[in-house]
Amino acid sequence: MSVRERLHSWRYNLVPDHVVGEILTKRWTDNAIPFLALVVTLATFGSVIPGFFKLTALQESTRQLGEFSMVVTGMTVVMLGGGIDLSVGSIFALSCFSAVYVFFILEQSIWLALAASLTTGLVFGAINGYLVGYLRLRAFLTTLVTFIFGRALFDILVTTYAADVQLSTATSDVLDFIGDSTFWGLSVSVWLAIILAIITHIALTRSRPGWHVLAVGGSRRSAHNAGIRVRRTVFMTYVFSGFCASIGGFLIACRLSGAGPGTGLNLEIMALTAAVVGGVSLGGGRGSVIKGLMGAIIVLTMTNGLIRLGYGTGTNQMVLGIMLAVAVTIDIRWLKNRHKVLNEVYVAPVYLKMGETQSAAPGSGTPYELDNRLSAADHIGLGELEGPEDVILDRDDNLYCGTRHGEIVRFFAPGYVRSEVFAHIGGFPLGLALDKSGNLISCVGAMGLYSVSPEREVKRLSAETSRSWTSIVDDARLRDPNDCDIAPDGRIYFTDSTKRYDAHDWALDSIENRATGRLLVYDPKDGSTKTLLDGYRYTNGVCMAHDGKSLFFAESWACRVHRYWLEGPKAGTAECVIRDMPGYPDNINRASDGNYWMAWLGMRTPSFDLSLRHPDMRKRMTRRLPQDEWLFPNINTGGVVKFNEKGGIVEAMGDLTGGAHPMVTSMREHKGFLFVGGILNNRIGRYKISGADPNWTSPTSYWGAKP
Amino acid sequence: MNTIGWPNFRSLNQEGIVFAIAVVLFVAAAIGLPGFIDANNLVAIVRSVSVLGILALGMAVVIIGRGIDLSAVAIMAMSVAWYLQLLNSGTPDGLAFAYVLAGVLAVGLLNGFLVAYADVPAIFVTLATGSFVFGYVRSQLITQDAVPVPQGHWVELLGGLRFLDIPIEVFVFAGLAFLFFLFLRYTKWGRYIYFAGDNPVAARNIGIPVRPMLVLRYVLSAFVALIAGLLTAASLHSINTRVVNSTLLYDIVLVAVIGGIGLSGGRGGVRNVLVGAALIGILLNAMTIIDIPLLYQNLIKAAILLGAIIVDGIINPRDEQTAQQGDI
Repeated sequence: MSVRERLHSWRYNLVPDHVVGEILTKRWTDNAIPFLALVVTLATFGSVIPGFFKLTALQESTRQLGEFSMVVTGMTVVMLGGGIDLSVGSIFALSCFSAVYVFFILEQSIWLALAASLTTGLVFGAINGYLVGYLRLRAFLTTLVTFIFGRALFDILVTTYAADVQLSTATSDVLDFIGDSTFWGLSVSVWLAIILAIITHIALTRSRPGWHVLAVGGSRRSAHNAGIRVRRTVFMTYVFSGFCASIGGFLIACRLSGAGPGTGLNLEIMALTAAVVGGVSLGGGRGSVIKGLMGAIIVLTMTNGLIRLGYGTGTNQMVLGIMLAVAVTIDIRWLKNRHKVLNEVYVAPVYLKMGETQSAAPGSGTPYELDNRLSAADHIGLGELEGPEDVILDRDDNLYCGTRHGEIVRFFAPGYVRSEVFAHIGGFPLGLALDKSGNLISCVGAMGLYSVSPEREVKRLSAETSRSWTSIVDDARLRDPNDCDIAPDGRIYFTDSTKRYDAHDWALDSIENRATGRLLVYDPKDGSTKTLLDGYRYTNGVCMAHDGKSLFFAESWACRVHRYWLEGPKAGTAECVIRDMPGYPDNINRASDGNYWMAWLGMRTPSFDLSLRHPDMRKRMTRRLPQDEWLFPNINTGGVVKFNEKGGIVEAMGDLTGGAHPMVTSMREHKGFLFVGGILNNRIGRYKISGADPNWTSPTSYWGAKP
Repeated sequence: MNTIGWPNFRSLNQEGIVFAIAVVLFVAAAIGLPGFIDANNLVAIVRSVSVLGILALGMAVVIIGRGIDLSAVAIMAMSVAWYLQLLNSGTPDGLAFAYVLAGVLAVGLLNGFLVAYADVPAIFVTLATGSFVFGYVRSQLITQDAVPVPQGHWVELLGGLRFLDIPIEVFVFAGLAFLFFLFLRYTKWGRYIYFAGDNPVAARNIGIPVRPMLVLRYVLSAFVALIAGLLTAASLHSINTRVVNSTLLYDIVLVAVIGGIGLSGGRGGVRNVLVGAALIGILLNAMTIIDIPLLYQNLIKAAILLGAIIVDGIINPRDEQTAQQGDI
C-alpha cells in the first residue's frame, strides 16, 4: 500500500466525517443556536453585572419577563401561522389603559378591569385578524398601520386621563397581589406566562387547531387545498396574539398601577426580535413556544443588561437592530441551505481496498464464469410487477413476491398467470420467508419485520432493536431490513443493511461504503429483537444451512459471504466463507442438492473498485456533481451462483443479453424450477434446472413433509 | 399602469380618484378655511411636502421594485445629525461630508446586499438597519437628541435661499422629481426596476441583473434620504433625531401608496408621488389650520393609510394559490 493510500485510509476511516451529517439531520440543531445564544448572553451579563443572579434583582426582571414572554408567545403563534403582528405594542398599551381606566377612574372591581383588558385585546386582535386573514392584506404593513392607529389612540387617551388616574384612590388587594407579591417564589406574571406557554405548546403540538396553524404556516396553499380553513385559522392567530398581549397589558397595569406614554413602547420590535432570535421562522411553520421564550429571555437580558451597564439612549435600538438583522439572516440562510448542506455533507465515503478477484467473463474458465442460461427463463407477471425483490413459494406451489408499492402479490399455481394482492403492508417488502405454520415473514424496507398469516392478517413483529450509546443517528430503528430466514426453533434471523440510509437510498450506501450493516434476531417467544453482529458493509441475504446449525449471510459491498454459527463450539461467531467474489451478493437460498443459491445484484468493475480506494474523489463527486452523474456500482449485470457448504463455487449462470434478468436479487428453487426476482425488474423468471429434484420444495426442506 | 381590474371603470384609476379628492379638498379648504388660499400658505403647503415628497421619491423607487425601505427616516435624520456633530466638533467640512456620505452609502449597500444576496425580506432588513442606524448614531456618535447647524455654514445659508420667493427645497423637490421621472421612464436601469418589481423571476430569467439593481435601489433611497435630511436641517437650522420615532416614516409610505404605487411592485411612477404628496400636503395643512391636535392628526393619517392599504389589497388581491409562501 502506498503512503498516499495509507494516509487516505487513516484520514477517511478514522476521522468520523459522517457525524456532521448525522448531527445536521437532527431537529434539535434548530434549537442549538438560540440555546447557545441564551447561555452566552446569560453568562456574559451574569459575569459583567454584579448581583445579576441575586433574587431581588431577578424578581423585578422576571416580572417584566412574564409580561414580555406572553407577548412573545402570541407573536410566536402568529408567526407560526405565517403572519406577523407588529401591533402587539399598541394592544399591550391599550389593554393596560383599559384596565387602568376601569379600575382607577370608573372605580370598578379588578375583575371588570381584567375583562375590559381582555376585550380590548380580543377586539383589536380580531380587527387585525379580519384585515389580514379575511381581506388577505399584507400582514406586516397592515399590523404596522394598526399599530400606529392604536398608538395614536393610546397617546390621546393617556394625555387626557393621566391626571385623573393620579388622583384616583382606588385600591385592591388582588391588584397589589398580582403586581407585587410572589407565589412560591415566583411572581404572578411569571406563573401566568408559564401556564400560558404550556397550554399554547400543548395546543400547538397536540390539538387540531394547533396543527392547522402549523399547516397554514408551513404551506398556505397546501393547507388551503387540503380543506383547512386558512382564513379562519389566520384570523384566530391574530385574536390569540391580541389575547396574549392584553394579559401582558393587564399585568403591567397591576404592576405600575397606571399607564404612561412609555407603556409598550418599542415592544413590537422587541417581541419580533425575540421570536426571530429564538428561532421562530419567518414565513411560518417552523418554531415553537419554547424557542420564543428562549428568545424573550435573550432579548430582555440583553436590553436590561445594557441599561444597567449604563449605556446611553439608543443602545437598545442598536443592539435590537443588530440582533434582528443577524437572526433573520441566519434564519433565512439556514432554512435555505440546510438541505443543500445536508445533501452535500451527508455522504461521507470511507477507504476500502477490495481484494483481487477472479474473472466472471464468459470463457475465462473460472468457477464464476457467467453464461447466458437465465435469458431463456419464462416470465411471470411481465409488466404487472414492479420490483419483486424476493420470491417464495408455499406448499401449494403458489408464488409470492413483494412490490415497490408495498404489496405482497400472490400468483396462483399452476399457471402463475392469475394473481391477486395477497396483502398490503406499505414500505417496500424485500426478503420473504415462510415459517412452520405457513405465515409469510417479510423484511419490509423502511418499516421493519412483518408477518402475514395465511388469512392475510398483517402483523408487525419488530421495528426496532436496542439503541447503541455512541451512535448519533437513531440506530434502534430498522432502516433497511433486507432479508430474513427462520431457524428450526422459530427464531427469525434478519439483516438490517445500513444505519445511515433509508431503504430507497441503498445505492448511496454503496458509494459511502461505511460498514454499518447488522445481523439481528427476533425471538417470537418474547417478541424481543437483538443485534447479533454489527459493522458489515451492507448485510443482505440470509439463509439457514441445511442442518439448521448455522446460517449464511451476504455482505454486499465487500463481496463476501459469512457463516454465523448458532450451535456448536463456534456458536455466536461469524467466519468468512467466500471472499473477493466478482459480483455483489444479494439473497441466499437453499438448493435441492444440498448446496445454496446466491443472487448477484451487480458486478464489480475495476473503475468502481478503484474509486473505493479514493474516498476523496467520491466525496468531491457527491458534492460537485448531480446524482445522475455519479459513479455507481454496476447493477446492470448480475447472475445466480451456486455454492456448497464449504463455500466452494459450484456453478454460475447469468443473462448476458441483459434482456430478461440483468440484475438478480433473489432466486428460489421449487420442484425443479428456479424462480428469479430482481428489485429493479418488471417480472419474475422461471428457469428449468436440469437434473434438479422435481419434488424438492423449500417448505419441506425447512419444516418437513406436510403435517 | 394604475388601471383597476374592473373593465367598466377603466378611467377611474386610483391616481385619478386621489387627484380628484385632492382637488375637491383644495376647493373645499379654499372656500371654507380662512387664509388657506393665501399665497404664503400655498408656498407653505408645497414647502411642507417637499421633504416628504423627496423621501417618497426614494421610497417609490424601492416599492416599484417590490421592496420597502423602513430605514429611510433613520438614515435621513441620523446621517445629518452625525454630519452636524462632526462639524460642531471641528472636523473639516469636506472630510465630515465624506464620512457621512460613506456611511450613508454603506447602509444603503448593507440593505441592498442583505435583501438581494442574502434573500432576507426587505421589511426586516430595513427595520433592523433603521433601528441600528438610529441606535448606533444616537448612542455612539452624537451627544444629544437635537444637533444645531453651525453658524454661517452652507446648510444654514441653503435654508435661507429663495428664488421667486419660493424656498429652495421646492426646487430641489421639483428637480429630483424630474430626474427620477427621466430615470424611471427613459433609462435602461429605470425600466429594469419595473420588470424586476413586476416579476422578479422572469426578470432574472431574461438576463436582467436583478440583484445589483436591487442594491442600487437601496443605495439610491439612502442617498435621497441624505438630501432630504440636509434640506430639513437647512429649514429648521437643526436636526432633531426624535423624528425617527415619529410617524414620518408612515407618512412617506402613505404618500407613495395613496398616490397609487402598488405595494406588490411594478406599478406607479413619479406622477403618483406628486399626486400623493399633494393630497397629504393639503390634508395636513387643512388639519393644522382647523387646529386639530397633532395626536388626532396621527389618528386620521393612520386611518387614511389603513384605508389606502385596504383599497390596495382589493385592487391587487392575493390568492391562496398564487400567494408566495413567506410573503408577509
